[in-house]
Amino acid sequence: MYSDQLVELSRLQFALTAMYHFLFVPLTLGLSILLAIMESVYVMTGRAIWRAMTRYWGILFGINFALGVATGLTMEFQFGTNWAYYSQYVGDIFGVPLAIEGLMAFFLEATLVGLFFFGWDRLSKVGHLAVTWAVGIATNLSALWILIANGWMQNPVGAAFNPNSMRMELTSFRDVFFNPVAQAKFVHTVSAGYVTGAVFVMAISAYFLLRGRNVEFAKRSMAVAASFGLAASLSVVVLGDESGYTASENQKMKVAAIEAMWQTEPAPASFTAFGFPDVKNRETHMAVRVPWLLGLIATRSYDTPVPGIENLVVANQDRIRSGMLAYGALVTVRHDPDNKVARATLAAHAKDLGYGLLLKRYTARVTDATPAQIVQASWNTVPNVAALFWAFRFMVAIGLLFIVYFTYSFFSVSQHLVAGPKWFLYVSLGILPLPWISSELGWFVAENGRQPWTIDGVLPTFLSTSSISVGDVWISLIGFILFYTTLAVVEMYLMVKYIRLGPDEHVAPTRQLESVS
Amino acid sequence: MNFFDYENMRVIWWLLLGVLLIGFAIMDGFDLGTAILHPFVGRNDRERRITLNTVGPVWEGNQVWLILGAGAIFAAWPVIYAVAFSGFYLAMIVVLFALILRPVGFKYRSKMPGTTWRATWDWLLFVGGFVPALIFGVAVGNALLGVPFRFDDTLRMDYQGTFFGLLRPFPLLCGLVSVAMLTMHGATWLGIKAAEPVAGRARRIGVCAALATILLFVVGGFWVFRIPGYQIVGQYAHDLDSNPLGKHVAMVPGAWLTNYADQPWMLLAPVLGIAGAALAASGLARKWNGVAFIASALALVGVISTAGLSMFPFLLPSSLDPGSSLTVWDASSSHLTLIIMLIAVVVFLPIVLAYTGFVYRVLRGRVTTETVNADHSSY
Repeated sequence: MYSDQLVELSRLQFALTAMYHFLFVPLTLGLSILLAIMESVYVMTGRAIWRAMTRYWGILFGINFALGVATGLTMEFQFGTNWAYYSQYVGDIFGVPLAIEGLMAFFLEATLVGLFFFGWDRLSKVGHLAVTWAVGIATNLSALWILIANGWMQNPVGAAFNPNSMRMELTSFRDVFFNPVAQAKFVHTVSAGYVTGAVFVMAISAYFLLRGRNVEFAKRSMAVAASFGLAASLSVVVLGDESGYTASENQKMKVAAIEAMWQTEPAPASFTAFGFPDVKNRETHMAVRVPWLLGLIATRSYDTPVPGIENLVVANQDRIRSGMLAYGALVTVRHDPDNKVARATLAAHAKDLGYGLLLKRYTARVTDATPAQIVQASWNTVPNVAALFWAFRFMVAIGLLFIVYFTYSFFSVSQHLVAGPKWFLYVSLGILPLPWISSELGWFVAENGRQPWTIDGVLPTFLSTSSISVGDVWISLIGFILFYTTLAVVEMYLMVKYIRLGPDEHVAPTRQLESVS
Repeated sequence: MNFFDYENMRVIWWLLLGVLLIGFAIMDGFDLGTAILHPFVGRNDRERRITLNTVGPVWEGNQVWLILGAGAIFAAWPVIYAVAFSGFYLAMIVVLFALILRPVGFKYRSKMPGTTWRATWDWLLFVGGFVPALIFGVAVGNALLGVPFRFDDTLRMDYQGTFFGLLRPFPLLCGLVSVAMLTMHGATWLGIKAAEPVAGRARRIGVCAALATILLFVVGGFWVFRIPGYQIVGQYAHDLDSNPLGKHVAMVPGAWLTNYADQPWMLLAPVLGIAGAALAASGLARKWNGVAFIASALALVGVISTAGLSMFPFLLPSSLDPGSSLTVWDASSSHLTLIIMLIAVVVFLPIVLAYTGFVYRVLRGRVTTETVNADHSSY
């Protein structure tokens, strides 16, 4: 009944298009605020070089922004095209932040971004600055609403199942908005975007300095990026969104998987800094553990235990049995809406309905599952431990590296207003890919760690797909790969060309000013 | 009886869906139409850059009407979103690819001097305007005919159509209506914003497009007498939890016209569609640029309202199992979600309109070769 191939292809397509979209988003988030800061300095000091900086970084922002917008459209379409059952099952809640994002944030951003590029000679200085800030703020508000939607997938609060409409329905918008997982994700994600923007400006400026051109331009750009980057790199690590993971049962599974923690440890749990998770034997070899650290990070306390994978799996078996009761009652209610006994049973077990649905992989009727199938389904609730373990550690390592890098940059740049020694410029150029790598790793940890669910504990991924043919998904998937690869080539070509040309060629009105070194 | 009860909220959201789709057609419609006209009204690079820069600074905001429209369907009519987007799978992917060409096309075309590079992007922008205009019309035509889906007990959809099954004669006619009216609309925009000779060429094509809109729309109107419409049989409650499986639906030829017999005022919609297009044609011919644009916008209001009013209360009928058809009374979100979304729209839509108006005022004036050359941000 459920085609594994359809599920896997749909997941692959969503993952590829989301990761591709997420190549452009962090830079948009970071650069939009950096542009606003640079232009603020221009308006306050009246020095034309700051205007030239805003315009030049704005050109690069524009090349990146175009693809961010283009690939964002794919994300909105795909919920409907490839995840139709998901859309109708949770659209009542999930659609709300997406629609408000369009209304409140994306509209503002997209309408005013035209004025950012075309309004320089049509608006007053302050007027244009207001437009730039509005674009930056709207970009960040966009991220807020998208992460409220995403946070709800990780921790579905403020909603309840309605058997009459056969879907989840909103019970409290307030709970959805103030979802702690969403709030933590927002801060973490925009901080990561700011780091990306800062590293981008540092790297391109270092390139100019290494070529010995646009020295004043590059040094000032670095001064802004270094201070902004230091604050952002601290924030992205300190306010990592692991703090939100303990909010729900399944987030606990994610933490346990990230830590490859097979058994519950006495509080406060130690943090496994390094090791080799062995999924088959359920143990971690050569583990290097830092006492207390995980307990402190994950629970913000020293006396709350962090549960291990095996303990969570056993607990999930109870929830699956409860979910079977819920599903049985639901089938009765769908055929006999006035059956009060079945409605009462369903109400009592509704929060475990999703666990019952996990059994659909093994038996269409759910209620006739064997004990062996229940055990099998309970182990399905464990995500890919080894992949999460490594992805998380690489992401954190890159994050810590950025703190060191920006601390050095900040003191070097702020004290002397010189750009630092040559090796520092090479390092600045060399680390350019790292923010993208860590952003993609972070996305992978958050979303792959949510498996096997699309909505944690509510709707399994394999039930969320559309009723479409495998052939159709192959066609679209191949189309996306060819089309997106072409776009990436064109984008990189233009980006490199405009970076090589540098500020002089393309900020014509300021060409004669001090930006020429 | 509370005014904001579930039944009324459903009607309000049906109206808002219309407002958002019409908003999309008017705002994004003129830049889609401009993209369709683009390779034909500009004969050299100088003229083509004029066309591009009439919409360059504003098209991005306009496209948010589409994004918001889709988001509002997702939030307010989730099952419509699910059935329409997955049912029309390959058509939606084609629309998506065409739409993706636009941000990159506008942004990247003039960043390189090569003639092949620019000519390629010019035609890709044409595709980015023509294909969505056609397919959105085809989708409406298929909705009028009914779409081959049904639900099982858990409301999981079974869809039995194919991509080429969408391209039946009546939906193709609807697609042509859509292309013709957006081309007309784009022409009225170029009439206001572009310098000569681009504006003049656009007006001439626009007159033809307006007349084609009238002709095709009237042909479609007569065709509707012949195609089966859908009717709910018996009493059907308007305020229950959304469940499309609890009704009986009959397919009756000409049933899409019964609403006009019951409520003759609804005839205003098709009349507005025809009269608006006629006035747009005459305005274009006489260079009444503002009049032509407004008349063309009214024509869009008329044509789109005609489709919506004919089908009410149906939103997406099922030809495979008419009882599974999705209507205003059984495809909406929960009462609470509809209320929260209404609050969001009432608060933010006026703000959107205010800053959109501000942007157009700042950017007012014709785009000429001089203005294009004066600004190095120009596309």
